[in-house]
Amino acid sequence: MNRRTISRRSLLKAGAATGALAAAGAFPFGAAHAADLTVGFIYVGPKDDFGYNQAHAEGAAAVKKMPGVTVVEEENVPETVAVQKSMESMINFDGASLMFPTSFGYFDPHILAVAPKHPDVRFQHAGGLWSADKHPKNAGSYFGYIGLGQYLNGITAGHASKSKKIGFVAAKPIPQVLMNINSFLLGARAVDPTITCQVIFTGEWSLAVKEAEATNALADQGCDVITCHVDGPKVVVETAAGRGAFVCGYHADQSPLAPAKYLTGAEWNWANVYTGMVKTMMDGGTIDNFVRGGLSDGFVKLSPLGPAVSDTARNQFEAAKAEIMKGGFLIIKGPINDNKGNIIAPAGKAFAEDDIALESMNYLVEGVIGSTS
Amino acid sequence: MNETDLGLWAVPLAMIGGAIRVSTPFLFVSLGECLTERSGRINLGLEGTLVFGAMSGYAVAYESGSAWVGVLAAALAGMLFGFFHGWICKLPKVNDIAIGIALMLLGMGLAFFFGKPYVQPQAPDLPAISFGWWSDISQVQAALQVNVLFLIGIVLTIAMGWMFRTTRIGLIVRVVGDSTDAARSMGLNPNVVRLLATGAGGALAGVGGAYLSLYYPGSWNEGLSSGQGLMAVALVIFARWSPVNCFWAALLFGGAGALGPALQSVGISSGYYLFYAAPYVLTLGLLIATSSPNRALESAPGELSITK
Repeated sequence: MNRRTISRRSLLKAGAATGALAAAGAFPFGAAHAADLTVGFIYVGPKDDFGYNQAHAEGAAAVKKMPGVTVVEEENVPETVAVQKSMESMINFDGASLMFPTSFGYFDPHILAVAPKHPDVRFQHAGGLWSADKHPKNAGSYFGYIGLGQYLNGITAGHASKSKKIGFVAAKPIPQVLMNINSFLLGARAVDPTITCQVIFTGEWSLAVKEAEATNALADQGCDVITCHVDGPKVVVETAAGRGAFVCGYHADQSPLAPAKYLTGAEWNWANVYTGMVKTMMDGGTIDNFVRGGLSDGFVKLSPLGPAVSDTARNQFEAAKAEIMKGGFLIIKGPINDNKGNIIAPAGKAFAEDDIALESMNYLVEGVIGSTS
Repeated sequence: MNETDLGLWAVPLAMIGGAIRVSTPFLFVSLGECLTERSGRINLGLEGTLVFGAMSGYAVAYESGSAWVGVLAAALAGMLFGFFHGWICKLPKVNDIAIGIALMLLGMGLAFFFGKPYVQPQAPDLPAISFGWWSDISQVQAALQVNVLFLIGIVLTIAMGWMFRTTRIGLIVRVVGDSTDAARSMGLNPNVVRLLATGAGGALAGVGGAYLSLYYPGSWNEGLSSGQGLMAVALVIFARWSPVNCFWAALLFGGAGALGPALQSVGISSGYYLFYAAPYVLTLGLLIATSSPNRALESAPGELSITK
């Protein structure tokens, strides 16, 4: 036989031998633990972006520490057919049986296309609205009521603001972003009902120069507390602090970037959520298809209060937090209008944090200066 | 902070401030490309050079503690990319556009790979000079914080315009760019001239990247550049291969980019996607207005592969 060519037959033999070996190997190994699990994480940006992706990667890092779990990760995967290839390769080559494709745009159509082909694999998506009659049973969606975190941000902002104008740099006008903007303002108005919140949409999840421009424009308008909902808040936090404004964080803890100006921040607590889901899978259980949770469920946490937070602010913050920790906090309370004058809720009507109607929010409440389109 | 309510005046002020803040990377990359194209070669890879310059500048500034050392490193890295492009393109039957695209992807890939450990740390920023001392309005003061690199860019613009017009080096670059045969008959080596022009152009693009990571927005991550390098290459055609026009075009793009956020901040908030497209609409309009069906692109170098 020619040394340099490998015949089809020998390749098949080798393949069969490897397969048999793997099967033989996997069996006693699998018997030793309840079940070994490979978990795949896919991020839309870099996993150390001080933001959305870092929050998920911190969850993945916690999962990695669990015994019997292998974690495979891929970052910078765009919300295109590229994510389908990443999912297929993690499933087929790494043997992943639990997938966390974490970006909002991965769900429809990408997870919906891949999930039916792999009925044994579980797909968990952050932020999507899974519904039993439309979507595959082996897919599910989970998310946290981080709007309540922005409400608490707003309380510290309301106390810190002297100009009574606060600012919000937002990416796209989707319900979760609008919820955060509205909550931030409502938190501030719990302190002083004359406060207004200026919002600027950048149109994309990650556009460093435009985020910096938006932050500068807010500072020019006299906004003296600024927060954001973009993938990586680093640019907004640094620019705002550079202009002398206070900042409230989002997604992850950004206090190291502006220690003196950082009030607090609404952070994800994915480590808690992901280790719980992985444990359910390993114990042979099934994860619910539709999972939601707030501050009281350990889905969301707040950064430690910064040095600029006054004692009165701290007291109101702690009192509101204690109220929210009871669960079912009424975030939108009537009578309340949107900023175009339409009635959202009449007197006596209210929406609790876990009300499903809030997940299709399409308005900005009165006091927010900005438009959703 | 002592903010004054500016009302609608905030919009022109933001555009001036934005023009100064955002234009510098456009300016450096387009000056570099202008020099390269004047010598008869196109380097489409400057987006990659820009991103790599941003990364290397940030990394070196962080490690050395000096932003200026970072700028120098970015220039050196950009020059290496330029020389590499120039060296490949002087091999026979090589298409400079294809090589440019390949180098753009290579530059970005290498920058992402080597830049991983530098996403989190904070590097020192480049200094800015305040030209707003005459005003007691804090927004004006903020808008007139001018970075030193922007001033260097202005000096470079004038120097390069003068070089093309009156110096021997400028003449050599122009001859090589307009006709390889004429250059050869004058005893010049077109390949060497183009190699040097591409190297220098790359260095300028690297500095443009360092401005992004070291001053505005002032941090390194993989989404730092949103196509500034590519747009700057197009700016050169828009500016008709004149360094002074490159400067105005860069200012225009910088100012137009600030329009969207500024309009939203004064309450004109519907249709912001449309405002964000303003720079491109403007370019299209100007190109249509200044082009003519009766003549070729004015003052285009004759040896450019897009005009040949």
